[in-house]
Amino acid sequence: MARTTTAARPRPAYVLGGNRTPFARAGGPYARASNLDLLTAALDGLVARYGLQGETIGQVAGGAVLKHSRDFNLTREAVLGSPLSPHTPATDTQEACATGVETVVSLANKIRLGQLDSAIAAGVDSASDAPIVVGDRLRSALLAANRAKNAGGRLAALAKVRPKDLAPVAPRPDEPRTGLSMGEHQAITTAQWGIAREAQDELALGSHRKLAAAWDAGFFDDLVTGYAGLARDGVLRADTSLEKLAALPPVFGTRLDAPATMTAGNSTPLSDGASSVLLGSAQWAAAHDLTPLAAVVDAQVAAVDFVRGGEGLLMAPVYAVPRLLARHGLTLDDFALIEIHEAFASTVLATLAAWESDEFGRERLGLPGAFGAVPRERLNVRGSSLAAGHPFAATGGRIVATTAKALHQLKAEQGGTPRALVSVCAAGGLGIAAILEAA
Amino acid sequence: MGDVYLDLVGSGVGAKLAERLGLPRPVPLKRHRTGDPLLSGPALVLGDGPDADHVATLLNGDWDLDVHRHATPEVRYAAVVLVLTGVTHPTDLAGPVLEAGATLRSLLPHARVLTVSRPALDSDAPAVAAARQGVDGLLRSLAKELRSGATGNGVVVADGVAVTAPSAVAALRFFLSRRSAFVDGQLLDVSSQAGALPADWDEPLAGRVAVVTGAARGIGATVADVLARDGATVVAVDVPAAGQQLAAVANRVRGTALQLDVTAPDAGERILAHALARHGSLHVMVHNAGITRDKLLANMTPDRWEPVVAVNVAAQLAINEALLTSGDFTDAPRIVATASTSGIAGNRGQTNYAASKGGVIGAVRATAPLLVPFGGTANAVAPGFIETEMTARIPALTRQVARRLNSLQQGGQSVDVAEAVAFLASPAAGGIIGRTLRVCGQNMVGR
Repeated sequence: MARTTTAARPRPAYVLGGNRTPFARAGGPYARASNLDLLTAALDGLVARYGLQGETIGQVAGGAVLKHSRDFNLTREAVLGSPLSPHTPATDTQEACATGVETVVSLANKIRLGQLDSAIAAGVDSASDAPIVVGDRLRSALLAANRAKNAGGRLAALAKVRPKDLAPVAPRPDEPRTGLSMGEHQAITTAQWGIAREAQDELALGSHRKLAAAWDAGFFDDLVTGYAGLARDGVLRADTSLEKLAALPPVFGTRLDAPATMTAGNSTPLSDGASSVLLGSAQWAAAHDLTPLAAVVDAQVAAVDFVRGGEGLLMAPVYAVPRLLARHGLTLDDFALIEIHEAFASTVLATLAAWESDEFGRERLGLPGAFGAVPRERLNVRGSSLAAGHPFAATGGRIVATTAKALHQLKAEQGGTPRALVSVCAAGGLGIAAILEAA
Repeated sequence: MGDVYLDLVGSGVGAKLAERLGLPRPVPLKRHRTGDPLLSGPALVLGDGPDADHVATLLNGDWDLDVHRHATPEVRYAAVVLVLTGVTHPTDLAGPVLEAGATLRSLLPHARVLTVSRPALDSDAPAVAAARQGVDGLLRSLAKELRSGATGNGVVVADGVAVTAPSAVAALRFFLSRRSAFVDGQLLDVSSQAGALPADWDEPLAGRVAVVTGAARGIGATVADVLARDGATVVAVDVPAAGQQLAAVANRVRGTALQLDVTAPDAGERILAHALARHGSLHVMVHNAGITRDKLLANMTPDRWEPVVAVNVAAQLAINEALLTSGDFTDAPRIVATASTSGIAGNRGQTNYAASKGGVIGAVRATAPLLVPFGGTANAVAPGFIETEMTARIPALTRQVARRLNSLQQGGQSVDVAEAVAFLASPAAGGIIGRTLRVCGQNMVGR
């Protein structure tokens, strides 16, 4: 028998569908749900939607940003708690808020190489169920007591504990190297680019209105499965207005020289939720009577030096996207849909401003001039994180599944092969961008 | 949702007390389990003529039952089948009926008494019509005499249709089996030779694709379970807000979940598109989704009337229309809709609900003939008092009374309705055309 190497040339990898829980405000309806509960719920709904009970999926990968060490095999545990075959391998992944898209891209690449025929990219976060950690002094005392060979040694070790050491440490997505929260970092960027409060509030309002319209149109009927009594995203305020948003006090950048513009209304709240994306080759899709929605074409990661390099913490996608598009000879005009994750309204606006700046294009991006302008009618057309909420590792899956469905619909309505650009910023000065193409 | 009274009078002091006081003494009904024998004892087939012979042959030859043609004293029967298709005068009833009567005191618990007869028509000779219609009154009264979980039901086979027609055979088997535990005092018409018997009576829905609306909970969830148990591939449909429960049902039955409001204008198209894309075909449409908004008509408001009619019957009509015009609902299609005894006998405070459920009964009657050219049919089930989350909200005393107002003196279970739905959804039921089968334990009101 002739030996053949698998997939000498890459084959397309497709998004076949998705499922997520509605996203909830932290401390709300999912306050008692763990990361494992939420991730399992996302998988349960995906399995139910596509009839995958007992199916051995090539690989499920997923993760959480706020994760307890006991959840070292979070994704595998979720698979074992789901109706998928227990022979389905699972992997935990983590890249801050880029976890979701990174997971989609890694699995899609394995499918492209023939290493997998099917995969599920998942992500979850629960700010309500964040692990509480003990302080370093208490931790070393406990470890010393654990090492001690007798009761006396254990007592001696524990005697070193002082009352103030007992205070728990809740994990916060603060930057370890600067001590600043993400919001304070973004406030610096907002000030640098002079992003006005009104523009931020308008973007937030648009996000709520577009997301609400998509819900009303039933767009999410086959993307979301209700959980714990919540049927729609709990952060969504369909009835918000510029007046209501304008009335909110600034919460970030209040100690900067520039006017503080970032409020609870134009920043994403801490959220709970989980998402999943079903990926597969064309053959696997056909064998399971599933319709490919969009191909995962390519992706680019980037990082910026926000510590000493003078770049904003959340500006890495600004660099990732031009590199990605250059590789394909594409410009922003070649995309029917452009998804820029709304960590903060000003993150999106600073990204757009940087791309429209000749100076930034020349000096930072190494281009002859400005990278380009994003047509606003193509930006986050079904709302984004400001309205949906942002359970860190679940956001990428939300964006990819929503965008893949939207691309498939666009192709059915208008023909051609519309493309979408997805861009997500992340803690640590990280960012990822990906291209999807309608199938 | 437990019936405390049923448990209380089931044994010991409670049982004795109920007997002394002449209180109702219901017994827990036995339900079907896959692999159980059809009957737990011998069957008695009474009546003369070729039809009685055919029925005896069916029970003895095909189903391997111990069949007697005349009552043997001391024998306790699990079933008595009265074949009365040949009666031409009311006086013809006495022989077989009295012979059956002599066995009733010694019937096994959960026994079945069946009549097989012909419908009384306007064109019949008066004496023939009298004899045939007499079977109706006989059966309904006989069913009220039975105790210990025994039931009485009738199969009414149209003139020109053999008693061995697929639907007559399937109806006989349904009524004999424990699948019909809570169906009592009902006469079911078999109108044609249409239908096909299953290769395996344990999987009568093998290879069929069935959609069940309102499948997230209650009766709908159980319908999904029973259809899947009987071999069907199930598409479970419910509103997105019930998605979590719906997913659990779909995963349990190894089917697919379709989140959909049945009142959406494109509901029919989306149901069909999902079934075709994911499962290759659509054979069975079970309209189970329903809501109540009870209010006396004197106090009725549009927001309580309109949604009930929209969900309970208008959505069914629209979905049926979409399926019928699609050209893709033509492989012995089955529509099974959920009506209600409220739609037959009426219920105070439920004018909206009863209008919608009466509407369902009319809708299946008029829809069935449209499906007949494709070997299809449409029928309804009319549940009486069923123990569900919905009836658990009825005030306790009212609930206790409602449970006893039928011959079996208890509420039915979701599975009783689901079994009737599965029977009407089966390929064998093609000759049952536009009927409404009550699953009510022979409720005291209505037919």
